[in-house]
Amino acid sequence: MSTQEERSGRYLDFYRDNIERISENSSPYINSFRQNAIEEFKKLGIPTRKNESYRYTNLDTFFGHPYSSYFMPSEPDFVKAEEFRCDVTDLDAHGVVLINGFYPTITGKLRELPGGIWIGSLSEASRKFSGMIEQHYGRYVNGNSDGLVHLNTALASDGVFLWIPEGVSLGKPIQIVNLVNSDQDIFNQHRNLIIAEKNSDITLIICDHTLSPQKFLTNAVTEIHVGENAHFNIIRVQNEHNNAAKITHTFIHQERNSVATSNNITLHGGLVRNSTHHYLGGVGAECNSFGLYLSDKFQHVDNYVNVDHAFPSCKSNQLFKGVLDDMATGAFNGRIYVHPDAQGTMAYQKNSSILLTDDAKMDTKPQLEIYADDVKCSHGATVGQLDENALFYLRSRGIDKRQARLMLMFGFAHEVLQNINVEALRERMDNLVMQRLKGELSRCASCMVKCV
Amino acid sequence: MLIISNLNASIDGKSILKGISLEVKAGEVHAIMGPNGSGKSTLAAVLAGREFAQVTEGTVTYMGRNLLEMPAEDRAREGIFLGFQYPIEIPGVSMVNFMKTAVNEHRKYKGLEPLSASDFLKLMRDKKELVEIDSKLANRSVNEGFSGGEKKKNEIFQMAMLEPRLAILDETDSGLDIDALRIVANGVNKLKKPDNSTIVITHYQRLLDYIVPDVVHVLYDGRIVRTAGKELALELEAKGYDWIRKEVNNS
Ligand SMILES: Nc1ncnc2c1ncn2[C@@H]1O[C@H](COP(=O)(O)OP(=O)(O)O)[C@@H](O)[C@H]1O
Ligand SMILES: [Mg+2]
Repeated sequence: MSTQEERSGRYLDFYRDNIERISENSSPYINSFRQNAIEEFKKLGIPTRKNESYRYTNLDTFFGHPYSSYFMPSEPDFVKAEEFRCDVTDLDAHGVVLINGFYPTITGKLRELPGGIWIGSLSEASRKFSGMIEQHYGRYVNGNSDGLVHLNTALASDGVFLWIPEGVSLGKPIQIVNLVNSDQDIFNQHRNLIIAEKNSDITLIICDHTLSPQKFLTNAVTEIHVGENAHFNIIRVQNEHNNAAKITHTFIHQERNSVATSNNITLHGGLVRNSTHHYLGGVGAECNSFGLYLSDKFQHVDNYVNVDHAFPSCKSNQLFKGVLDDMATGAFNGRIYVHPDAQGTMAYQKNSSILLTDDAKMDTKPQLEIYADDVKCSHGATVGQLDENALFYLRSRGIDKRQARLMLMFGFAHEVLQNINVEALRERMDNLVMQRLKGELSRCASCMVKCV
Repeated sequence: MLIISNLNASIDGKSILKGISLEVKAGEVHAIMGPNGSGKSTLAAVLAGREFAQVTEGTVTYMGRNLLEMPAEDRAREGIFLGFQYPIEIPGVSMVNFMKTAVNEHRKYKGLEPLSASDFLKLMRDKKELVEIDSKLANRSVNEGFSGGEKKKNEIFQMAMLEPRLAILDETDSGLDIDALRIVANGVNKLKKPDNSTIVITHYQRLLDYIVPDVVHVLYDGRIVRTAGKELALELEAKGYDWIRKEVNNS
């Protein structure tokens, strides 16, 4: 294994050798962040297990690997993106597809949806909507001490831009499909910016898929601004192969009386690390952070949640659950930070995991930093086996052991899935999770990769 | 129907049931009474197939078969139903899904096709009426957030759905107010068929005003210390369990 400096060095060299190419595809405003970001990255490096929030996750095998460079999708990639069909057939959504972090079209890189909503390529938007970009880009990741976020700021050149104007609510959800496909091992960075203005109401679904079996590393940053009294829902469905690493950093910045809900459903992936940062930046804001992880073999899923209660009378609720089989490992770290004048705070957190074997392992750690007095806060974590009493209860009604175990596991997972507010997706997830628990499905049905 | 003979069972090496013998014939109602901790629930659990208590001696024959060799789910499919003293909450598993699975497992065991969705819903509706259970409860997760009384009614509802041959009701009356008690007892009586049997485990006499037993047993310290007709329940009510305690300790 290479040393910390060697590993960071690879990415520093990459920056030095390619910064001109990366900048060409971007706007001056976005480029103006790069130099500072790479210096921050140089200082912080790739997180190691000495870093408190990465204590249970080893990034070495993925970051120490030499990847090919990828700067722009080419013709065959466009075709691949064109061909992809979402597996959730009943899902009626406005969809966009990203391939290896890029918007895979030459024309029509920005689209207008009903209500004056704009969606499309971030690099294109940075020219067309420069005022909007200058007001929001890079603002919500400020002060972040994670080297990988800075690496993304330094290197990312495209991603999705989504702008929902004031008062607009869209009846249908918006779906972003992230595809990773290459005949070489690649490292990809993308950057999303979402602006949900005052009184808007939107649901966003992000699906992560790998289409070819190569080794992949994705490091994605999403910045979200949720305006006053807006309702924002983000559901992320992760379904990648065992040789893929997915690292996501999501920053949700909320204004007063807004409600934001995040739901991370990890069905599959080699190494998955989601950090979800909720900033409650106005009186009466409310956030929910949900997550479900189902892992087996040597998979590792790490969820880091940071809820920042910066204003009074805000409410937060975290619920993360998972089922770990074989030698799978997982981590949950939920931080609740209550500022001194955030009186009337309500903050809840729960993490429960079921270990199906003696070799599966889960580390869970709440981190509470409360500096106000009028705070209602609760947290709880359980790691264990299926409830024997419940198992017997089901069996005593004539349900055999195998079926009873399935029902309990499914019920356990459903507590998270029931929060998905898009019916077609919820039903599909129920279905996939059931198949996954039965062991009938090691990958998403839509996947074209027949890997083991 | 059920013949228990010299049944001994222990939990973690501690002897709990100390040689129980009793026979329940088709159509009979037996009451088992006794102070707390005497082993009533342990006996019920052993009959239902719970593995936490180890049978160290004795036999149990049910419908001519060795009951102790059957896994819990097969006992249920063969018609044994346990109404739990403390029904279990199962978050995330809906009552509908639970009952549909259970009913269809019973049907499969009998070689029958699963019920159609509409037949199943009709069955649910009929049985809900029978036990006067709130319709909304059936749409919730199993016992989750149910009051004590609702949990007990839900046990009787499940019994109604599964139509057991031998129902063992473990303190189904405890924690019920008088109205709920009447509903539960009426439910049990309506479900009674001439050749079905019931074992009613209770601490108090009052349930037996509604469900009239043919035989009453008193279980004390893991042994059946007295067996008689329904008048024994009244005698116990009048004299209290101390009376039994003294009698047993004197002999
Ligand atoms: N799970 C258990 N583990 C250990 N001891 C138990 C357990 N369940 C019951 N016991 C013991 O067995 C004895 C009989 O209990 P139980 O059958 O519940 O009595 P009853 O139902 O008559 O009140 C008591 O001494 C009780 O402490
Ligand atoms: Mg008891």
